[in-house]
Amino acid sequence: MPLYRDEAIVLRTHKLGEADRIITMLTRGRGRVRAVAKGVRRTKSRFGSRLEPGMVVDVQCYEGRNLDTVTQVETLAPYGDAIARDYTSYTAATAMLETALQLAEDLEPQTQQFLLLAGALRSLAERNHDPGLVLDAYLVRAVAVAGWAPSFHDCAKCGAPGPHRAFNVQAGGAVCSVCRPPGSSAPAPETFGLLSALLSGDWEVAAASDPRHRRQASGLVAAFVQWHLERGVRSLRLVDRG
Amino acid sequence: MYEGAVQDLIDELGRLPGVGPKSAQRIAFHLLQADAEDVTRLVTALTEVKAKVRFCEECGNVAQGERCRICADPRRDHSAICVVEEPKDVVAIERTREFRGTYHVLGGAISPIDGIGPDDLRVRELMQRLAGGEVQEVIIATDPNLEGEATATYLSRLLRTTVPDLAVTRLASGLPVGGDLEYADEVTLGRAFEGRRRVDA
Ligand SMILES: [Zn+2]
Ligand SMILES: [Zn+2]
Repeated sequence: MPLYRDEAIVLRTHKLGEADRIITMLTRGRGRVRAVAKGVRRTKSRFGSRLEPGMVVDVQCYEGRNLDTVTQVETLAPYGDAIARDYTSYTAATAMLETALQLAEDLEPQTQQFLLLAGALRSLAERNHDPGLVLDAYLVRAVAVAGWAPSFHDCAKCGAPGPHRAFNVQAGGAVCSVCRPPGSSAPAPETFGLLSALLSGDWEVAAASDPRHRRQASGLVAAFVQWHLERGVRSLRLVDRG
Repeated sequence: MYEGAVQDLIDELGRLPGVGPKSAQRIAFHLLQADAEDVTRLVTALTEVKAKVRFCEECGNVAQGERCRICADPRRDHSAICVVEEPKDVVAIERTREFRGTYHVLGGAISPIDGIGPDDLRVRELMQRLAGGEVQEVIIATDPNLEGEATATYLSRLLRTTVPDLAVTRLASGLPVGGDLEYADEVTLGRAFEGRRRVDA
């Protein structure tokens, strides 16, 4: 049976039988992988703590017919452990992991998604920025990497240079007064500014933003993500916004 | 696929947690070959458990009456509550004989990805028990995994802000007894370091 080794972020785990777990991971080289980790729920297991959600690991597995099996794990960064000590960060991280789970494809290299998620988890673990901003920045960039880059300045339909007043999820972001479909919303200009800052990674602008505009931006980002992801992101509802 | 009743049994067994299609088939054929008496005993046990067992109105543990054996016992220390995820955790802690207080069973851990938030657990019931003022200490004994840790984080934040005088503790997550230090993983070893205690001379 062929063995492989890759860097991976643990996205989700499921109990299997008495003491095993199925681990769903985002690997750098082969996309989404599901593998069985045997005996990890026994307290004596050396693997257990390394294969929890949000952990970045160096993993070795052998390929199986349906499921692969984990044979070795080394921790690269125990972000999950640090994140779980702050409830707001934990709920933000869970929403990121679920989004990554839905965006990732099996057996396709996912270097960009991998680096984006690892960076966002690191930011939560090290408490670099407000967890809500880290989550929203991750979400807009993750959908952008997946090929649905939103526009927060120029018109998403005709390309007319912005700023514009209206926002439409289905159209792809900002829309000019000519293209504006019925049912578009009209967020504050500062909200557009914040969304652009999140997409480009301008943390100075993002950190200076007002709570009111953060709330508005979060709502638009969530609507955008839910629109593009077929199954929706369940854990977004339970994000602790403080 | 088997015929009628056998397949029905395999399907039902396969819906149990931790039982895959292969195990379901094995158990079904074991039952087919077993004595009729043994099967009747199993059937009675299954029927009785649904008919008689309820959940304790106070702590949420499995009980035969309105309150469980532990909540109804006046010799237990009712000023201390140990919060656990499942009834099986109560059994595990009882086996240690270390704890003489009462329990509170949450019914799981916070897991947003499964759609389970604080409102889906017995958190409100815990707060109601604390409102009486009799309870002095809450020991959080959720599972030593990420969901258990996050649930503990949520509870301690809630308890700290709403009941400031309450002593809130968390089980130390330490090294497995009987193991070698060099084999401990880094997260467990890190937590054991964090939870180190002073050695009295
Ligand atoms: Zn336009
Ligand atoms: Zn009880």
